[in-house]
Amino acid sequence: MTSTAAPPGTRRRYPRRALAPYAFLAPFLIPFVLFTLVPVGYAFWQSLHRTERVGGTFGSTHSVFAGFEQYAGVVREPFFADSVVRVGLFALVQIPVMLLFALALALLLDSAVARLKRFFRLVYFVPYGIPGVVAALMWAFLYDPRLSPVVELLGSAGVQADLLGADAILFSIGNVVTWTYTGYNMLILYAALQAVPADIGEAARVDGAGDWTIALRIKLPLIRPALVLTGVFSIIGTFQLFTEPQVFRSISTSVTSTYTPNLAAYSLASGDNYSEAAALSVLLAAVTFLLSFAFLHFTSRRQG
Amino acid sequence: MSFLTRTEGAHATAPGRRGPGRLSVAAAVAFMTLAACYMLLPVYWLLVSATKSQSDLVSTPGLLPARWHLGDNLTALFEQQGGVFGRWLLNSLLYAGVGAAIATLLAAAAGYALAKYTFTGREALFSVILGGVLVPATALALPLFLLFAEVDATNTFWSVFLPSVVSPFGVYLSRVFAAASVPDEVVEAARMDGAGELRIFWGIALRMMSPALVTVFLFQFVVIWNNFLLPLVMLQDDTLYPVTLGLFTWQSQTSRLPELQTLTIVGALVSVVPIVLTFLMLQRYWRAGLTAGAVKS
Repeated sequence: MTSTAAPPGTRRRYPRRALAPYAFLAPFLIPFVLFTLVPVGYAFWQSLHRTERVGGTFGSTHSVFAGFEQYAGVVREPFFADSVVRVGLFALVQIPVMLLFALALALLLDSAVARLKRFFRLVYFVPYGIPGVVAALMWAFLYDPRLSPVVELLGSAGVQADLLGADAILFSIGNVVTWTYTGYNMLILYAALQAVPADIGEAARVDGAGDWTIALRIKLPLIRPALVLTGVFSIIGTFQLFTEPQVFRSISTSVTSTYTPNLAAYSLASGDNYSEAAALSVLLAAVTFLLSFAFLHFTSRRQG
Repeated sequence: MSFLTRTEGAHATAPGRRGPGRLSVAAAVAFMTLAACYMLLPVYWLLVSATKSQSDLVSTPGLLPARWHLGDNLTALFEQQGGVFGRWLLNSLLYAGVGAAIATLLAAAAGYALAKYTFTGREALFSVILGGVLVPATALALPLFLLFAEVDATNTFWSVFLPSVVSPFGVYLSRVFAAASVPDEVVEAARMDGAGELRIFWGIALRMMSPALVTVFLFQFVVIWNNFLLPLVMLQDDTLYPVTLGLFTWQSQTSRLPELQTLTIVGALVSVVPIVLTFLMLQRYWRAGLTAGAVKS
């Protein structure tokens, strides 16, 4: 076969080939710019302005530049600290529980002691195939004292459980999130484990290492990047928490309209308070970006 | 991708060496069975409850079947509010199905361009697109609403459909797969034969990338199907709702209208069946996609 490398200067002689990549990219880039970059930019612009309405229903509205006034306003609202602390606590408890659970399942599926691996792997992934809203709806029914078999069982054991009360609701939400995403995280970790060369484990075994030692001292450090990845995705997801608390609002008075930052942003927007909603959205996006950036920095340093 | 296809026994103890103890096998299987019960319990409850009448739903034990009422429930489901549930299913299919198909095509072209051409600004552009991967759909919903409100386009089909044709993650996957599965030699040979750039992409590259594109499609399908906040903020007209939003509105009325409980439950079951079936049938594709995302990072 002849050399595939084009001689220098070839591209200039084929203007159509030089334009081709841009033509291929344009159909993606146009909606990408319109529906990803522009909204973020517009939200930022709007967060710096205050809307003033003049006249009646058809009266004109106009924007007045307000600097970071909206941000200061949002941050000073009592719901801001409350909701941020709430998702922070949620992240501290739910994420470690879920990831340990996912890790345990992944290590088991990868180990020699497990049986029926294909079946179990499939079963664990079923919840991820169920839309988040439907998952939340199902669990809402399972928590609802009028219908819940769980409450029923606990009741017959003499325990009066109120899974929707102020004390329990955050755990109840945590359970839904854990149920939905454990299998997804397990699959990422499992894929990383499968990429660990088999002879590394074999060599350790020859040296007398047991199953536990191999799992914890050899496999675990090797899949660290995948663990970090699942951790960061979980943190991002937690700070965006919306669907589950929103669904639970209709069955529990413990979930307020400002329960999570995202719920608060939604409430502000539906109350026509666009500028504050924009400011809160931008703050949330900034947190998300910072966390993601920290992750990228962290992993690239480790690889480099 | 190759390690995915490796056999299950890759890590198993070699013959002749002592296998794991019977006790640890029992403990492992017990733990995995418990975990499986936890994952399947709500699904089982949904299946059982969907077959019950409203009165049995409240009065009989939740995990035990009662009188078979599924047929009547299904009829009621599709007759409620002039058959609006069928409309919701159709909407979801349009938003997620057509949206994901277009998103896949756009992502394939972009990923192919990023993998197979050298041009000014390529890496910078790729970084911006990767930045888009990190922005979750929920974070974009409100900014999108604000933007569409500015041009008076909220509460339209397009306000939910158009944003969903963008899949930065799909571009990322397509680039990885185009680099791996479309050899430069093939592209060059086609050029020698006088094929245009578009023809090479459409006739050759797209076919070679097709297994990967199934993955891109599935992922975007799930993202759109799961995006709850966007239709919630955009839509007021319930004939435009996707099925998830429709079920949510029914559920939020159950304290006033308890009979909607049964409909919500049956509706949830009906809405889940197609997606679970698709997932099971296309297992190997989404597994490959997950892995590519995980390993590359």
